[in-house]
Amino acid sequence: MAELRALVAVKRVIDFAVKIRVKPDKTGVVTDGVKHSMNPFCEIAVEEAVRLKEKKLVKEIIAVSCGPVQCQETIRTALAMGADRGIHVEVPAAEAERMGPLQVARVLAKLAEREKVDLVLLGKQAIDDDCNQTGQMTAGLLDWPQGTFASQVTLEGDKLKVEREIDGGLETLRLKLPAVVTADLRLNEPRYATLPNIMKAKKKKVEVIKAGDLGVDMSSKLTVVSVEDPPQRVAGVKVENTEDLVAKLKEIGRI
Amino acid sequence: MVLHQMLRWSVWIFRASPGWWRTTYTFGASVGQQRWPSFAWVMSSPLAFRSSYSTVPHIPSVMLTSERYSVQRLPFSMVSEEDLASFECIIPGRVITDPEELEVANVDWLRSVRGCSKVLLKPRTTEEVSCILRHCHQRNLAVNPQGGNTGLVGGSVPVFDEIILSTALMNQVISFHDVSGILVCQAGCVLEELNHYVQDRGFIMPLDLGAKGSCHIGGNVATNAGGVRFLRYGSLRGTVLGLEVVLADGTVLDCLTSLRKDNTGYDLKQLFIGSEGTLGVITAVSILCPPRPKAVNVAFLGCPGFAEVLQVFSTCKGMLGEILSAFEFMDAECMQLVGQHLHLTRPVRESPFYVLVETSGSSADHDMEKLDGFLEQALGSGLVTDGTVGTDQSKVQALWALRERITEALSHDGYVFKYDVSIPVERFYDLVTDLRTRLGPRVKHVVGYGHLGDGNLHLNVTAEAFSASLLAALEPYVYTWTAAQQGSVSAEHGLGFKKKDVLGYSKTPAAVQLMWQLKALLDPRGLLNPYKTLPAHL
Repeated sequence: MAELRALVAVKRVIDFAVKIRVKPDKTGVVTDGVKHSMNPFCEIAVEEAVRLKEKKLVKEIIAVSCGPVQCQETIRTALAMGADRGIHVEVPAAEAERMGPLQVARVLAKLAEREKVDLVLLGKQAIDDDCNQTGQMTAGLLDWPQGTFASQVTLEGDKLKVEREIDGGLETLRLKLPAVVTADLRLNEPRYATLPNIMKAKKKKVEVIKAGDLGVDMSSKLTVVSVEDPPQRVAGVKVENTEDLVAKLKEIGRI
Repeated sequence: MVLHQMLRWSVWIFRASPGWWRTTYTFGASVGQQRWPSFAWVMSSPLAFRSSYSTVPHIPSVMLTSERYSVQRLPFSMVSEEDLASFECIIPGRVITDPEELEVANVDWLRSVRGCSKVLLKPRTTEEVSCILRHCHQRNLAVNPQGGNTGLVGGSVPVFDEIILSTALMNQVISFHDVSGILVCQAGCVLEELNHYVQDRGFIMPLDLGAKGSCHIGGNVATNAGGVRFLRYGSLRGTVLGLEVVLADGTVLDCLTSLRKDNTGYDLKQLFIGSEGTLGVITAVSILCPPRPKAVNVAFLGCPGFAEVLQVFSTCKGMLGEILSAFEFMDAECMQLVGQHLHLTRPVRESPFYVLVETSGSSADHDMEKLDGFLEQALGSGLVTDGTVGTDQSKVQALWALRERITEALSHDGYVFKYDVSIPVERFYDLVTDLRTRLGPRVKHVVGYGHLGDGNLHLNVTAEAFSASLLAALEPYVYTWTAAQQGSVSAEHGLGFKKKDVLGYSKTPAAVQLMWQLKALLDPRGLLNPYKTLPAHL
């Protein structure tokens, strides 16, 4: 059995069930006092790592998160699901807002090398920015093969067979390790963290480091110009019969 | 008693329409859909099933109550063309006589009772309700007030041809004071919509129940609804500050104050709360809303025995104290049924009992600390053998679904005999075990679950089919057992049509006599929701 080491990246995002509000100054969305939780796709990635560990294919799982101090909660959740230890790359809140996939990818690439992992698992995208870039960029920086939108991951000797969900159907790739895999929805159903594991997770080690310590450049060439609500949906108009329909369509210049 | 006839027909309905419970759960579905607008990527969640219940399967029609039960029509007048013309003057365009629309309003949510009313009225204002009732009073016409039609005891639909007075169009919020949290609204506002309205302003409704997507606040007040927030926010008798009620003769009784304290004379609104539409028609409600909790946590625990469940409850009260907002329990059979019929995954190791604990508070850190302390204690002392905490909203929903969808799972299991009793919490499970011994292999499952925190047990018995002997084995055994504990034979569902005759198990003859006197005082002609709530006056 291969004794692989896996790095799983988890992101703390606004809980998907929360109603998002745009800040009055249009610089972003309201995050104060709003419920946050682990990005659902990251959860699926953690679950996959834990399943591989249960099959004795992975020896150690390291959960990583970049951001302000609250990210430690997200790492704890990953630990409660079965990760062995955590690394919190501390980024102050103000800087964290400007942090994008490229910066995170740089951090993950450095950590993957430092920790000498064989597999980097991530969610396919975060539900707050929907970028779908971090996994791909990390693979690019490391020059590792990547299997994105994975719906099934199997280890075959020293290769990884990844079944991907693409527009046309399912594509199967065989990747040489080390590799980067991003999880799609149907990869698995994340487990509930059980109480004994939640208790154990409190004692697991979480290392806190700064991005600067890794020698990573966190600067970004992008600035957010404005964040606005989507236009309000205008109410539909009910018409009584086809003559009215035709008249209305003519009125709005559609026919 | 023609009861067995009714139940035999119910079997046919239950069996012939395997998907019928799905329609009832569109109420839950509307909740899910409102919260998660971008549903595209959430497919594997068990709650996705709820939102797919949008099509109404073909359901065979329900037997008329008047045919099933031995109930005689009282000598009220019949609705005439002149009456319809008068109603049309009062509420132009909102007098419904179309048979299809009436069909829906004539049948209850459980599809167990059906009336044959020919008229459905939809007033918009209190004045219109007053005019309608005045006319009916003059003409001796019976009236059936109807809200969301989600009651479980057949109280919301006519028994014969009573005029259905619907609050569906009385759905305006009158005012909301965002410092005190006092909401004043018309009786036809849907509970879930009110919840959203006050949530946007930083408050929540003091009650929450499975039917929230459809039930009206007026109906909630008329039935003194309980629900899952009862433990924390108390009864509607405490949170309702004022009511506007139209009496049987059309008099408008304005007790719609928004005052927390008002000791001027007898508290008349208490008469109407829980009166199930038999003393007056509620047209507006003034209700106190609590502030919206900033942190909500749900823990789902497995306990090795019922004694441990009770100890967990005591520990919860001690260690969680003021942040405890719900304490529900269910037994192993319930978990097995939701797994078998609804394919909901069991989140913890198999245990004889499961407990759902919810905390709500204003500080996430403070609550988490308390919850952690409690969980460590419970796990360490062996009261709890396994558990999990909902880390995000979807998990929280999934954990609540395990409890909220038990009713649905039961209906898939066969014919269901449903009981809702209040008994001392130590004896809760004794009733379930007693019944299991008593009924033996004649039944499929005897399950107990419910609001343990409120002392309210939902006892359900499933069998392959209805049988009169089974019913005889259950009733009045369950009622006498409950009465022996000085319990209530209807904890929160009310009496309606189906339980009006068992009131005597929990109330003395003198009490029932006084109830009759009050009814005679407020509605001497007996026009409001006849055939319901109180047993026939001899």
